[in-house]
Formats: sequence, C-alpha cells, structure tokens
Amino acid sequence: MADTVPRLRTAGYNLYYGSFRALRDITIDIPENSITAIIGPSGCGKSTFLRSFNRMNELIPGVTVTGKVLLDGEDIFRADVVALRRKVGMVFQRPNPFPKSIFDNVSYGPRIHGTRDRGVLASIVERSLRDAALWDEVKDDQQKSALALSGGQQQRLCIARALAVEPEVILMDEPASALDPVATMRIEELMQSLKQRYTIVIVTHNMQQAARVSDFTAFMMTDGFRAGNLVEFGATKQIFTTPADSRTEDYISGRFG
Amino acid sequence: MKPSRNGRVTARKAWQGCAFALFWLSGIAAMAVMLAVVGYVVVRGAPELSLSFFTTSPRGGLSGDGGIASTIVATAYLVVMTMAFAAPLGIGAGIYLVEYAGNSRNRIATTFLKLSRFGSETLAGVPSIIFGLFGYALFVTAMHFGFSLLSASLAGACLILPVVVRTAEEALKAVPEGYREASLSLGATRWETIRKVVLPSALPGLTTGIILGVGRILSETAVFYVTLGGSYRTPTSVLSSGRTMALHVYYLAMETRAFEKAMATGAVLVILIIIVNLAINAVSRRLSAGSRS
Repeated sequence: MADTVPRLRTAGYNLYYGSFRALRDITIDIPENSITAIIGPSGCGKSTFLRSFNRMNELIPGVTVTGKVLLDGEDIFRADVVALRRKVGMVFQRPNPFPKSIFDNVSYGPRIHGTRDRGVLASIVERSLRDAALWDEVKDDQQKSALALSGGQQQRLCIARALAVEPEVILMDEPASALDPVATMRIEELMQSLKQRYTIVIVTHNMQQAARVSDFTAFMMTDGFRAGNLVEFGATKQIFTTPADSRTEDYISGRFG
Repeated sequence: MKPSRNGRVTARKAWQGCAFALFWLSGIAAMAVMLAVVGYVVVRGAPELSLSFFTTSPRGGLSGDGGIASTIVATAYLVVMTMAFAAPLGIGAGIYLVEYAGNSRNRIATTFLKLSRFGSETLAGVPSIIFGLFGYALFVTAMHFGFSLLSASLAGACLILPVVVRTAEEALKAVPEGYREASLSLGATRWETIRKVVLPSALPGLTTGIILGVGRILSETAVFYVTLGGSYRTPTSVLSSGRTMALHVYYLAMETRAFEKAMATGAVLVILIIIVNLAINAVSRRLSAGSRS
C-alpha cells in the first residue's frame, strides 16, 4: 500500500445515533484508483460507515460524529456538503432512477450544477452512459422512461447518473444485491474499468464478490457494546488467504455471519 | 353419526346462504338509494334543461325566472379564488410537514407537527356552518370584506385546507426515499430535491387533493350562505356578492315557486360532481400505474 496515495482517510471516527455508539474508533486509509470492499456481518455498520464519506448520515435525525474523515487531506465536515457530494458519488442498494427519461436522469446532476447547454448535456450523457456500459442499449431511445429499463440496466443508469457529475470517489452500497447473476457480473466488470479513473468503495455482504472485485478489503464487526469497528484492513489477497485476526478468518471461512 | 354430520353441513350452508342474501340485499339497497336520489333530481330537473337555462341569468323575484348563467360564473370564480388561497398554503404546509418537520428533532417542530395533524383531523369533522360563522365574523365584519367572493373564498379555503394538507402530506410521503437520497447524493440541495424530484413525482397525488377541494367547494352551501351573500347578479369584482349553484338551489327551493328549476340546477351540480370524481379516479389510477412500472 506504500506506493498508493490515500484518497479517503478516517481517523478515530465515531458515529452515534443519539447516545448509541454505532461506529467505534475507525481509522482507515483508502487508496485512490482502487476498489476497496467493506465486508462484515449484518448490522456491523458497513453501510453507515460508507455513508459517512458523503455525509448521508446527516439526513437521519440525532446522528452525531466525532473524529476525522478526510478527502484528499481535507476535513469533509468543514467542506460544503454540496461540493463534497459532487466529488463523492453514490450508488444505492436498490436501483433508484428518477421517474424521468433516461436522458433527464443522467443530465440531472450536471443541470443542477449549472450546465444548461443542450449540446454539452448531450455529450455528458453520452460519455456517462458509455462509461457505465449502457450506451449501446439505450442510445436510440434516450427519451424512454428510466423505469422501463430492467433492474440491471437501471443500476447501470444510476452509475451513469453518478458519473455525470465527474466525481472522484464512487461509493457503492451493495449495488448488485437486488440483481440477478448476469446483471451482477456486468456491474462487476464495469467496476474494473471504472477503477482506472475513480476510487471505488463498495459495501457487500457477498464475500465471493469482495474477493473477485476488490483490491483491498476492510472487515468490520460489532464489538461487545454492539458498536461497529474495523477488525482488519489489507490487500484483498492477504485478507482472504492469511488474515491476521482470527475473527476475520472465522468470518470468511463461514463460521459465523 | 354420519347423518348428523351431514345435517350440520347443510345447516352451515343454509346460514351462509342467509348471510349472502343479506349482504346482497344491503348492496342492492345502498345502490338503489343512491340511484333514486340522483335519478329523481335528474328526471325532475331535465325538462327545464335547455341551452338558454345555461346562458341566461336568474331574474330574481318569486317566480324564479331565468337560468343559471350568473351562478355558474360565481361558482367558477369562487372555485378559482378558493384554490388560489388553499392550494399553495395546503401544499406548502404538506411540504413543511413531510420534508422539513418530519425528520427534525426540534421539540417545537415536532409539537407543531402533532398539533397540526390533530388539528386537520378535527377540523375535517367540524360542521361547515361553524367555518361559515368564523368567516362571517372575521372576513365579512371584522375585516370589512362584506358579503363577497373574497370573504367566501377565504372562508372556503379554511374549510378545505385540512383536506388539501392531508392529501398533500400523503402524496409527498408516497415518494420513495430513494429519489431523495439519489438527488442529494448528486449534490442537489434539499430545495432542489423537493422542486425537481419530489414535487414532480407527487404531482398526481397533489392534483387529487386539489380536485377533492374543488368538489368540496362545488357542493358546499352553509359556509357561502353566510359569507357570499346571495346576489343573483354576475359578480364583477372580488368584493361582489354572489350565488353559487348550490346556494341557488337553496334559494330557488325556499324562496321561489320554481322548484323544478332547483331540481334542474341540482342535476347540473350532481353531474359536475360526478365528473370531478371521475377525474379523481383517473388521476389516482395514473398515480398507482406510475408507481408500479
């Protein structure tokens, strides 16, 4: 990991729902242009941790955080949240295209950030759809409702929508869990091509998926107080072959979780 | 043993038959009552219906001569003015309740939320004449608007506001959370999210609320009796007095000899309300079709 620069970093990060501590003292460096998978049993705080990077937890009343989360060395809690979310895109567990046309879905982000010119928007839409490997399937019918697409296509559309605002980081919250195996495979292939230019953090409950797609793996678990913490973080190959912590080994060998 | 078991089955089937017959009868009776009311009004009013009935205004006096032109105009003005007050206010309140106060931990906001929900439910059950008296006291006398479209539409807005707020709230709540999350995650502000994603998706539901309000204004009588006055002339300004179609039915029936004309006006009103309800059905069908696909 010494040869890569950390794009995202947390240091002594804690998150509370009211007085309940949901994440405990997480310190991690996520390198750029790589895929980092966060794995762990249900309820260990993987998704909550992922949503820390674009401050989506702030939508939940009563959430407070302590510690640091840095993007390119800058404290994200001091940054403007709109600017932050532009740099840190997100793909959700269930495909959630807007009930608008394919074109309007992808151009939504650029439009709210001030791009009005139809020609510019059209080229952004084409580039994003190409990058999301959806262009060939929809190029002739971009005015069609996004809701008419299949689940897998919808999820790639959501990826295209996130790419359209040119983020640096893409957070993926179990992006394939609602999809069939073929659609899952396409998303995984897509991730491989996207990591050349983006830093990807993916939460998955599917350990095979983590092993297949990621360069680095973080294993999270709840401690004795039901707070999620980071048990082990390292190169995916190392985590899956020679884990340092016995709990990691128990989890990936399927002894619990 | 065998015959007695068979006997029990026969008895149970007989009971079932009785129950079905009763349900069938009550269904038929309910339909018959409804058809009788609508049918009676339409049949008795129909002979009076003609083009000139719609194009001439009532002439006043005991005879009840003339048509309903001015009352159609007054009703239209009143509906438009009432909705101009109630729709923005009701939808705005709905947005506040769902999009802002809904996920606030602020004590004052949540208390206000509970109060206003309780308030809308209670107000929906208050007899409309109470709204009328309130409108009379506040708008007609205290604020010196007199018997006028302005007083009546303000009082009407108070009457339908709970309905509009509730339907707006339901429509906004039905917008999937994923839309909001997606929009915010792209760097949209909360307001951009509401304006560009939430409101367009909630539009069919919001429209339903507005049409419900229109239906209520069409059929309301008591509130306007004490706020709109009863002039049969075509209103010329927002401070004009006037007479809605529903009010005209009342005046014709109670103060003139033209009972058939009251029936005819009633028939027009009933048909209008049927159309409004069909519109609500069409809109909500589109709403559920949209969320399914």
